[in-house]
Amino acid sequence: MSIHLENIAKHYGRGGRHQALAPLDLDIHQGELIGLLGPSGSGKTTLLRIIAGLEAPDRQPAGRILFGERDVTQLHVRDRRIGFVFQHYALFRHMTVYDNVAFGLTVMPRRQRPSSGEIRARVHRLLEMVQLEQLAGRYPAQLSGGQQQRVSLARSLALRPDVLLLDEPFGALDAKVRQELRRWLRHLHDELNFTSVFVTHDQEEALELSDRVVVMSDGRIEQIDTPEALYRAPANRFVFEFLGDVNHLEGEVRGGVLTCGDARFEVDLPDGPEDLLLRPHEVALDTAPRESAHLPVTVTAISPVGAEVRVELAADWLPGPWLATVRHADFERLALARGQRLFALPRHWHRFKDQAKSTATTTRDTTASLAT
Amino acid sequence: MKAAAFPLSMPRARQRVLPGFGLSLGISLTFVSLVLLLPLTGLVGQLAGLSLAEYWAIISEGRVVASYLTTLGAAAVAAVINAVFGLLLAWVLVRYDFPGKRLLDALMDLPFALPTAVAGITLATLYSSSGWMGKALAPLGLEVAYTWVGIALAMAFTSIPFVVRTVQPILEDLPGEIDEAAMALGARDGVAFRRVILPHLWPALVTGTGLAFVRSLGEFGAVIFIAGNMPYETEITSLMIFVKLQEYDYVGASAIASVVLATSLILLLAINLWQGRFIRRLHGGSA
Repeated sequence: MSIHLENIAKHYGRGGRHQALAPLDLDIHQGELIGLLGPSGSGKTTLLRIIAGLEAPDRQPAGRILFGERDVTQLHVRDRRIGFVFQHYALFRHMTVYDNVAFGLTVMPRRQRPSSGEIRARVHRLLEMVQLEQLAGRYPAQLSGGQQQRVSLARSLALRPDVLLLDEPFGALDAKVRQELRRWLRHLHDELNFTSVFVTHDQEEALELSDRVVVMSDGRIEQIDTPEALYRAPANRFVFEFLGDVNHLEGEVRGGVLTCGDARFEVDLPDGPEDLLLRPHEVALDTAPRESAHLPVTVTAISPVGAEVRVELAADWLPGPWLATVRHADFERLALARGQRLFALPRHWHRFKDQAKSTATTTRDTTASLAT
Repeated sequence: MKAAAFPLSMPRARQRVLPGFGLSLGISLTFVSLVLLLPLTGLVGQLAGLSLAEYWAIISEGRVVASYLTTLGAAAVAAVINAVFGLLLAWVLVRYDFPGKRLLDALMDLPFALPTAVAGITLATLYSSSGWMGKALAPLGLEVAYTWVGIALAMAFTSIPFVVRTVQPILEDLPGEIDEAAMALGARDGVAFRRVILPHLWPALVTGTGLAFVRSLGEFGAVIFIAGNMPYETEITSLMIFVKLQEYDYVGASAIASVVLATSLILLLAINLWQGRFIRRLHGGSA
């Protein structure tokens, strides 16, 4: 079932003083897994709850929500045929796991309700799917967080919803369980082929799980794209900064040279103040400065865990520390140690013309001039 | 505390805020004995002089039995009314924000703070045939003062905080997401309330209502002024005790009091046992 949002806005408070969502449009295709990504207060949860029908969008301007061809704007949450998974599971604590999962089926009007035998069969199939069959008789308080969230998922799937909505479904779980449930949700989604929308503030989760990611800030959609496109071609500065670690190189350009304290860096940009952005893997380190780049830094912390070594750098001319990732081979060649004085060599940099609004970006590859 | 291990002194390694387990338990028991058990023992002691037949004769006298029925009936009506409106009040206080909410919240404790006799006199004045409410209700054929309705009203007034104050914290604990989850699963409002919200509140509601009921059984001050105290009709059991005391019939008074006491104790114990079982299930452990 595709989802189509048209001109949906939301204001809170008396007289609608606080804007939670600016009027926005969004199209989600049948069978897609969509991540709503943004910092807290960006309106992503509000948007999800509006899709679910747990909250109503503003009457003025009048927006529309379509599930497929069906206009559900005025429909109550119970009639929208959605599954909703809450961050804190919201399980019925006085019911067993079995009764929780069966709830949606047992509250159906008598005429539509499946026979008790069929309910039993369906609940057992769902519990089997979430691998909790042997816990059917337990109460939620006797389960771990991950198990509770799986019960909650099974419960929301019992009515075979067209649309599955998840509000930070893994937010309350520890890293390992989260990873496992993520993979499992992706698998479930591919198998059952419903349309899913989930909210997260974790970029890694959004990029790993989603077919497309909707990046939000301040009640606005900043960019909608596939994870690869999003990471490679961020639409603006906000998206770039939100999707990973960023190093800032701020200074004044004069005659093709950007200066900042005792740091110098050659750029082919017009004169004026500049703020260049670099990803950690775009910063190389060496023992000597280059003609084109003189950026003295001191190593303040080293984390050799993982495929690359993460090095934290500080300098007088830097307002905040830089983060660089170097290969283990380079790490050994340079014999990196805390307190060591080195020179940073930008391989790549990014520049966004106007702070958040414009999409004009400049990306320069300086690798050629730096190649050793 | 596990009943199996019952050491009279805590191991030195585990220091507590309150000094010595032995000392604090001793003080607690002394206090309980002085304030609770001693008067009760006195009461039972009064009965020692009675034979079983005499005891039965006192507590089964027609006028006294009529007072049991009046008291139980009025208390039951008051408890049911309080269960409904107390739940509603708690719901309004927890789930909604409105101006004057704090004031309403504070008002809930008024029946505890107000001397019950003051409440009784006020109610009697208000509902008597010359009072505001009495005058307003008279054309409708409703008589409140000096009938069992008045008794129930006075009982409801003094015991409403029990329901509100026991249900309120449980309701605060109940995440609003629970209702949303039920609705998202297609439950109609009534079904969601009955199957999801009420079961959570049920133990607290039963406890609160039970406490309100027990409190009403023993209420004296508030009821006595509005009851009219007609023998066989609007006399409550507490009044019967009072009447016996005025006749210097201490033994008779004790006998009737023992009936009230036993009823209350059994009720409280039953509520406690039942609630314990329910709560264990909600918080895990072996249900």
